[in-house]
Parts: sequence; C-alpha cells; structure tokens
Amino acid sequence: MRGKEKSFLLLAIAAAVGLSLGSGMFNRYYLGIAVDVGINIILAVSLNLINGHTGQFSLGHAGFMAVGGFTAAKLTLTCGSSVPPAFQPFFFFAALLLGGIVAAVGGLVVGVPSLRLRGDYLAIVTLGFGEIIRVIFQTSEFFGAATGLTGISKLTTFGWAWAFAAITVYVVACIVNSTYGRGFIAVHDDEIAASAMGINPTRYKVTAFVIGAFFAGIAGGLYAHHKLVLKPDGFDFVKSIEIVVMVILGGMGRTAGVILAAIILTILPELLRGVAEYRMIIYSLLIIALMLTRPQGLFTFGKKGPVK
Amino acid sequence: MSLPLLELEKVTIKFGGLTAVAELDLKVGEGELIGLIGPNGAGKTTAFNLITGVYQPTSGDITFAGQPTGGVKPHILSCRGISRTFQNIRLFASMSVFDNVRTAMQGNRAQRVRDALWRGATFRESEARVEHEAMELLKIFNLDRFYEADGKSLPYGDQRRLEIVRALATQPKLLLLDEPAAGMNPTEKEQLMELIRFVQDKFKIAVLLVEHDMKVVMGICQRINVLDYGRKIAEGTPDEIRCNPKVIAAYLGTEDDDA
Repeated sequence: MRGKEKSFLLLAIAAAVGLSLGSGMFNRYYLGIAVDVGINIILAVSLNLINGHTGQFSLGHAGFMAVGGFTAAKLTLTCGSSVPPAFQPFFFFAALLLGGIVAAVGGLVVGVPSLRLRGDYLAIVTLGFGEIIRVIFQTSEFFGAATGLTGISKLTTFGWAWAFAAITVYVVACIVNSTYGRGFIAVHDDEIAASAMGINPTRYKVTAFVIGAFFAGIAGGLYAHHKLVLKPDGFDFVKSIEIVVMVILGGMGRTAGVILAAIILTILPELLRGVAEYRMIIYSLLIIALMLTRPQGLFTFGKKGPVK
Repeated sequence: MSLPLLELEKVTIKFGGLTAVAELDLKVGEGELIGLIGPNGAGKTTAFNLITGVYQPTSGDITFAGQPTGGVKPHILSCRGISRTFQNIRLFASMSVFDNVRTAMQGNRAQRVRDALWRGATFRESEARVEHEAMELLKIFNLDRFYEADGKSLPYGDQRRLEIVRALATQPKLLLLDEPAAGMNPTEKEQLMELIRFVQDKFKIAVLLVEHDMKVVMGICQRINVLDYGRKIAEGTPDEIRCNPKVIAAYLGTEDDDA
C-alpha cells in the first residue's frame, strides 16, 4: 500500500464535493438523509477509536458533539452576517474546526479520569460528563438556554458532511494501521502487557479521547448547520447510546463494519417512520439479538491481518 | 564481574501489614543467566514487578544500567531495556502473531501520530523495517508459519515462545522470564532450556529467570538466588544451592515441622 491511503482520501473528498455540486438533481429529502448518514459515520468511526480500538467504554459522545455544535453555531450566528459570501466556506470550515478543538479540550478533560477508571466505572463517568454538558447548555443564556439556538444558516451540504466523513475514516484507519497505532489495540487487549512492551497506556487513552472528541465536535457543527435548530435535549444520553449501538453493531474496532452500521442505522428509522415511537424498542431488541448471536459484531469480514 | 546491569539493594515492599519482599539484594551482570527460585508466595513475581516498575519499593534502591529506576514508569523501563514475560501468558488477544511482535517494536521507534497520518517516505521505511525485523525474529523461533494466526490460537508451548519473541522485539538488555516452564511437559521443558540458552547467546542479553522447576533452573542458571517469605535465604551456583540446608528446609520443611 504505497501512498494509496492519501489518494483514497483525496478521491473521496473530490467525489463528495463533486456530488454536492450536482446535488440539485436529487430529492431534498433523500439528500437530507444522506447528510445525516455522513454525520453519523463521523460520530461512529470516531467513537470506535475510543470504544473499539482502545477499549475505553465511553458514553459521552453526544456531549462532545454538543460542545462542537453549540460552539460552531454560536460563531456563525454572531459573525456569519459580516463575512463576505466568497469567504463563507472558509468561515464555515473555521467554525467547524473551532467546534472540534473545543470538543477536543473536553476530550482531554474526560480522558484524564479514564486513566484511573475502567469498564463500567468509566462508562458512568463519561455518561455523567455528557449529562453535565447538556445541563450547562440548557441553563446557559448565552447558548439560548432550553430553547437552544435557532435560525442557524444552512451551511452543511452533502459535500461537507461526506468530505469530513472521509477525513475521519482516513485519520482513524491510518492511525490504527501503523506501528504507532497498534499501541491503541495493545492498550485495549492488555494494559499491563502493553506497558511492559514500552507502550504508554496513559498517552494512548488520552490521545484516543482527544481525537474522538475532536471529530465528534466537527460532527456536531455539521449537525447544527444541517438541522438549523440546536436544542440541548437532542444531546442526551439516548443520542450517545445511538452512536454506541452503531459501534457495537458494526463490530468493535472494525472500521468498515462501523461505517456500514452507521449507514443502516440512519436509514432504518426513516424506513420505520410509521412506527417511530417503537424505534428504541427495535434498537434494544436488535442489540439483544445481536449480542446473543454475533457478539463480535454483525459486519466482521476479513481478519485483522498484517497489511501488505 | 564488571559493573552489574541490574542491582537491587535492600529492596523492601510492604502491602499494608504484609512484607512481600524484605531487604532483597540481587545482582545481574551483563549477559548473565540468573535464577530466582522459592516456594509459592515467596515474593518472586513481586520482585519482578519491582524491577519492571509495576510496583515501587517501600524502601531500598534499584539500579538498571547505572541509572536508578525509582519512580520510573514500566513503559520507560521497557524502552531502557528491561523486558519481560508473564506467569499467566499475556499476549495481545485480538492480534495476530505477527502483530503481537510488531506492536512490541513500537517503543523504540519514534513514530508519532503525524507520521502515521502523513504516511510519507520515512513512515513507510520505518514500517517496512518493523515488518522485516518482526518476520526475522519469528523465523529465528520458527513461528513465522503462524504469522497470520491469532496469538491466542497457538498451542500453549508456542504461546510461551511467542511471548518470549515479543519480549525480545523490544530489544532488551535484560529479559525477565516469569515461570516459562509452567504447564509444560518434560520434552517441552527440555526445548525451553535450549531456547533460553539460545536466546541468551544469540542476543547477548542477561536473563533473570523465575522458575519452580528445579531441573530447568539447575540446568541452565549460572547463579541462583533463593527467596523464602520475601527474604533471600541463599545465593550461589546450582551445586551450592542443591546442598544448602536452608533451601532444602524451605522447600521440604524441617523435621520439626512434621510434628
């Protein structure tokens, strides 16, 4: 694989932007779902770095998403009108980036307790973190309190969502698939053995949280400028669970599987619109059935062998 | 003997009221093969955990290659040249045989996130070198035919060997083997003794061996230290240890105990 990864990334971004320019031909409803799919791929693949590859069970991904979303949206709402149209894409990019960075700082804050806690305990701490974030936004007048932010400009297009999805996949896959990145999997498998082999578990866990949170923040920004309304309620733990389900369904630590799961689990609720109130029941049943029949994940093709 | 590679001076560790290791003195010179034996619960594995930085001594000093190891984290000590295997095999369960070895090579490579992301020429070179070196190591130990298999799917004896290969992949100066013969049959034990001798000779490293099996320890070690209840009760060549009354008492009990 000589330089193939970079060509894949450029090709994917070009395809996303190209398709986006011609998006006028497509039905707006389907296009909207396609953007949702892209955003969910970012969320699921980035959470997979934390939960799957590194084995740190986080239930706080919606919290990071909220941080990124509110940061980016607040920025475009306050200074968006003073930016000339030609610079609008750059401005949006900067807003997304800022959201990602602020979320990454949140990732750092959550990453630190993860050094002391593992398993269920870490899950509870990250769950608490997500809820705290939600409550902060709910009570903060600056971010519109319980009503949240409204009147956000429609800046997210198919191209933005899928270009960032491609970047996320590239970053996570490239990091994990390297001598450096196998340290994440080593920490997942056995921390004591990992540290005896010269791997610093602390650094890897924090890195996983920071990178994961960064992309969750980007996804939040994209989400805000796609839905145009941002309510703190939308980032409760149910949202976090939704992302966790994508990771589990796709197979922990399997990027291709997680992408497929994100696609299916985004489209499925749309197909089930008629029975929307049973969505969570169907989700739960799905997980129970899956854990009983395929604990390794639904889409586990290929062995994780050496890359030639 | 030249300057010792590893030196423990009056090392003590207490867990609450229990003194697991008391005033332990231990020396391992460059390229030596030293045994550490003792009955169950004598503190052998605790001594290993002290040397590798998993535990910090309550008192006493440990020096490795002239530098004190107090307060140094295990992964740093691994990079400095202390590697180990575990009593209950701790392979990376979700990785192939090949990846187990490759992963252990990362401590000595200055690869960073940005290298992995950029995938430039330097990165590809370092990846190719790691692949090559890992494969060479596996070949030396005849494990290359399994390279794609899950580490955990290997036969027990091969898992033990793979763990030794993985430990060697960190390019250690000192290799700590924690009961490598546990659960092996006599033929496998013979092979293991061959292997340890071969490793020590081929890689020019010092080996500290914790072992229950007397035949293995007596057969290959140059010097043996005997622990009992956290204290060193004897030190010497295999022949000296064999006839040391304290050692016999610790292992078999004294006549008074029978009453």
